Amino acid sequence: MKIDKVNKKSFFQNFKRYRTMLLMLLPSVVLVFVFSYLPIGGLVMAFKRFNYSDGIWGSPWVGWDNFKFFLTSGKALSVTRNTALYNLAFIVVNTTLEIAFAIILSEMAGKWLKKITQSIIFLPYFISWVIVGSIAYGLLSYETGTLNGLLGSMGIDPVNFYGESGWWPLIIVAFSAWKGVGYGVVVYLAAILGVDGSLHEAAAIDGASIFQRIRYITLPGITSTVITLTLLALGKIFRGNLDLFYQLVGQNGALFDKTDVIDTYVFRMTIAATDVGQTVAIGFYQSVLCFITIIAANWLVKKKDENYSLF
Amino acid sequence: MSKTVKTAKSAVRTRRRPMSKDVICFKGIGYPLIFAAAALCLVPFLIVIGSSFTSESYIIRNGYSIWPGDWSLESYQTIFRSPMAIIRAYGVTIFVTVVGTVLSVFLNTMAGYVLQRKDFGWRNKFSFYYFFTTLFSGGLMPWYMLCVKYLHLKDSIWSMILPGLISVWNILLVKGFMGGIPYEMTESAKIDGAGDFSIFLRLIWPLSKPVVATIGLFTALMYWNDWYNSMLFINNSNLYSLQYQLYKLINDARELRRIAEESGIVVDSVPIESMKMALTVVVTGPIVLLYPFIQKYFVKGLTLGAVKG
Repeated sequence: MKIDKVNKKSFFQNFKRYRTMLLMLLPSVVLVFVFSYLPIGGLVMAFKRFNYSDGIWGSPWVGWDNFKFFLTSGKALSVTRNTALYNLAFIVVNTTLEIAFAIILSEMAGKWLKKITQSIIFLPYFISWVIVGSIAYGLLSYETGTLNGLLGSMGIDPVNFYGESGWWPLIIVAFSAWKGVGYGVVVYLAAILGVDGSLHEAAAIDGASIFQRIRYITLPGITSTVITLTLLALGKIFRGNLDLFYQLVGQNGALFDKTDVIDTYVFRMTIAATDVGQTVAIGFYQSVLCFITIIAANWLVKKKDENYSLF
Repeated sequence: MSKTVKTAKSAVRTRRRPMSKDVICFKGIGYPLIFAAAALCLVPFLIVIGSSFTSESYIIRNGYSIWPGDWSLESYQTIFRSPMAIIRAYGVTIFVTVVGTVLSVFLNTMAGYVLQRKDFGWRNKFSFYYFFTTLFSGGLMPWYMLCVKYLHLKDSIWSMILPGLISVWNILLVKGFMGGIPYEMTESAKIDGAGDFSIFLRLIWPLSKPVVATIGLFTALMYWNDWYNSMLFINNSNLYSLQYQLYKLINDARELRRIAEESGIVVDSVPIESMKMALTVVVTGPIVLLYPFIQKYFVKGLTLGAVKG
């Protein structure tokens, strides 16, 4: 805690003192201003019926019309619901798998076996979603996909995965897990290894089974980490993973009812650039939702443990 | 004497008691589970590789599979007869990744350094300035219009570098790490007359190798895998990023034909389905080949971050 009375310097004195450090901050400050703060100013377009000839300042005000239009269309509920539900599914499925695999790895004998297994599971994290999209195509394509080839050889009719949306919630959760679990395993493994080894030794000497050790030592030991990471993930519940959804689903309208999230919807609208005011309004809507959930999540994390929160 | 004690102890430890029932049960379930997971992670790659070496006619009849039913190099031959698109895309992505990563790491570490300087009275205000952008954003459309209409980034290679340069998350990571370096070192350097920037470059930077390596790797990976900025801003096919070029070739039949025509290949003979897999191999290859060497640095970096929270 600074005692301001004793050492109060004027703004200009401080400016002179800090000038090198300010200069060091300058490039990133400018970049952040340009790419993050200026677009916030652009949100004003959400309240206008934007047209290119009049530009931002000249376009007419329409108040809340853009928002009303979006919120009363069925689309708002559909994409918001999809975004939230998928994120929830990702959190539950991925976290469960990550913890399970991390525990198994931590109890695994054989250094090389451990390393190789973990490396293989981590590999999908490094490839781009474009490549995943290509792999998905290889697996799911109606004419040439591996899955349909297998079904065919078993005498079952092929499934038109890209033509109907029924299977897609499962497909998307599966690919999200396939690509992301390796990352989480590394994080949770670090947390598990951070638990005091002597606790395990003592328990083993006392005759505890491996399941008991896991239940009473390992899991409680990482509970803090799990809660923190889960809360932080929940904070982003209304932000969809554009890469994932766009590369797997693309412009395939047949799948949108079950796979369209806010981000892909806004992305397509941005590329099409037909109704700028609407597009900005939807983005604004998402930003407000995310603001609320991120603040709430961070506040909860801070209550739990000061160190983990971001501010 | 301690040496003999140590060897005696390790001898006792290695002579384990036989696996108890609970451990057998645990490993009996756990090992197959995790090996199955590893296999599931590998199989898609094997399918892509195997299919790339399969003849087009076999694929159309039987679909993609791990084992090439009818071995053929035709997809690779087609690609290497007209490799310019891929080579150009590699060039673009290598340039963007190198320049982007170097600049990004430099700027982010510099900002993180200043923000952790305890004698910088304005650091909380600036921290908030950076941090607020993670709480609220203007959304895609305003950002897109800014880049296209006002910054004129359309069809510029800088459109793939500039927007991703500053990562507030990385800045905070650096700030946290450098904050752990004792302030006395900075103090004594200042007494010796060193300026803030040279303290940063000569003193703190060398001590921050772990965090620099971590954010460097993750930044490089981000730039390498980017397709998004190309899709939004690049119409000039000479400037496509590697992933975006792959995306176009797989999803846009016209793109495949354009490539084929570029080198005078008869368009109808292009083995489209196997080429999609071969192109995927050609684009993914380097990452997978480099992977064994670099993955441990990612693991180290992530573990560092996890421990520090």
